[in-house]
Amino acid sequence: MASHKVVTISLLLGSLLASAAFAQSPTYGVGRTPTAEELRRMDISIGFAGEELPPGRGTVKEGAQLYMQKACVGCHGVGGIGGLAPILATKQGADVSVWKKERILPLRAPNATIVWDFINRGMPLGLEGTLKPDEVYSLTAYLLFLNKVIPEDQVLNKENLAKVKMPIGDAYGKPHEFKLNAPRLEGYPY
Amino acid sequence: MDLEKKSRRELLKAGAALAGGITMAAVGKAQAQHDGHAATPGSENASPMIHGSKEQIEYGQRSKYVTSVRVQHPIGGRPSPDVFGKVFHVASPLQDSVGVITPSSLHYIATTRGSFLPDVDPKLHTLTIHGEVDRPLTLTMDELKRFPSVTRLHFIECAGNRHNGKQRNVQDTHGMTSCSEWTGVLMSTLLKECGLKSSAKWFVAEGAEEVKGASSIPIAKGMDDCIIAYGQNGEALRPQQGFPVRIMVPGFEGIYHTKFLRRIKVTKEFYMNYNEFGHLRPEDKELALGDQIGPKSVITYPSGTQRLPGPGLYEISGLAWSGGGAVKTVEVSTDGGKTWHRAEFKNTPQRMAHVRFAYQWKWDGTETVIMSRTTDDIGQRQALREEIAEWWKVPFERDYRVPGLDNSVMPWKIAKDGMVTNGLA
Repeated sequence: MASHKVVTISLLLGSLLASAAFAQSPTYGVGRTPTAEELRRMDISIGFAGEELPPGRGTVKEGAQLYMQKACVGCHGVGGIGGLAPILATKQGADVSVWKKERILPLRAPNATIVWDFINRGMPLGLEGTLKPDEVYSLTAYLLFLNKVIPEDQVLNKENLAKVKMPIGDAYGKPHEFKLNAPRLEGYPY
Repeated sequence: MDLEKKSRRELLKAGAALAGGITMAAVGKAQAQHDGHAATPGSENASPMIHGSKEQIEYGQRSKYVTSVRVQHPIGGRPSPDVFGKVFHVASPLQDSVGVITPSSLHYIATTRGSFLPDVDPKLHTLTIHGEVDRPLTLTMDELKRFPSVTRLHFIECAGNRHNGKQRNVQDTHGMTSCSEWTGVLMSTLLKECGLKSSAKWFVAEGAEEVKGASSIPIAKGMDDCIIAYGQNGEALRPQQGFPVRIMVPGFEGIYHTKFLRRIKVTKEFYMNYNEFGHLRPEDKELALGDQIGPKSVITYPSGTQRLPGPGLYEISGLAWSGGGAVKTVEVSTDGGKTWHRAEFKNTPQRMAHVRFAYQWKWDGTETVIMSRTTDDIGQRQALREEIAEWWKVPFERDYRVPGLDNSVMPWKIAKDGMVTNGLA
């Protein structure tokens, strides 16, 4: 009697597990699984920890040279100021708070990885995505140096990029937890 | 049974004969017109005829008398195309709109930093989903279309859709919103196919334009109502709307609706892309007002630069929408906000979609201000700028900037001569 019960229970458990596994398997079976190498190449989103960064290194000096060679200067101006494209270096003094300064990516970004990410995916105009990792590290270093975020002799690499102390620190709004069918802001009637 | 069958057959026969007769008559009439003879007295053609052309037959064009066009949106001040040939912000001519569907040709356009339109070959384009999923998946466009589809009406609105006293007409004040019927696959269908891990909290949606524009979206939104859309208003998406595939994030600011969608990366935490850098604000509160669109409405007729020919009956008409759900009510005031009247709906309000409202009004020819306000089905309401300033406990000034997306009431002033101008001026 007792053993009968055990068998029934284990059968029940077995079918429950089987149905759980079934529910998690693909329903349509359409498409293909990308290879790990494909994913590594296409995954250009860099998180705050910098995990996705490729190996490489860059210096302020090399960045300054690339800024001329890659014609960044043509659109963004000498030293990141005065071009048609967005301004890349502040004209304000060190006494002005980051929120009072211009909206400059290598100055206001809460993490240097955001600067790296955008140069890598979106620059230079017409040749987006052609920069090599070392070149992106160097250009990032140069732009951070222009905004006095890092010293001139700092070498940037995969290990230290995410650790660069940005001027904004923690002084910026964080995303709230999204709730379905809820007002935009709790307690806000409009 | 037999009798029933027989009579049905006869009916069908009779129907065919009738249809044939009409066709013959139509041919006869057309022939008579072609010969320059009126078929019957008084039936002379009042207009010249449009000769059929290959283009007219293959893909229809509107009348040459209909000249409504999109224009560069004034906010941001960048022309489209700009000196590089990039497109930035282009507004839809709402002042000429009827109903709720924006024609695809007139849908507003916005790009993340000003960009070219990629000329994507749909045979080569793929969408990859990876990250916090059990099975990463790469789909061709043909494969995407094998999943069950949905067709829904949704608006999109750009964060730059702000009204101020300097703008002249409703295209400038509100033209950065449009509404289409979108067809595609629910994102939840695809995420279930990939096996979403419990660690999944956010996802990054990335496009294939030259800047690979990307936005971070809560996974709860993705599992609720996001659509991986390939169709717009009964045909394929236009390149300006992200051909061959985009993500619809119903009710969220336009920038989240990534066009030319090529990759979805499901993540454990919030990723700050260039788009989110653009959203940065000092305070959490203001940031929160930057993703979901608030309840909003505007009168499109009569609106700025239009003119009422004289006192009499008018149908005041406009659009209302909300990023939080469906529109619940719209009220119209024709006395500068002293009294409000319930407007009627011209279509059934749907979640995160424009609804066309109207109010029948007899104008007596005196100077006045007209405006509309709306509420949605999650209890939010559209307010006057004064009310919003009061909530934030800041002094109200003429150029007061509404925090987050500007969903405040838009007044139109009507002068004695019927001229309509911006009521904020």
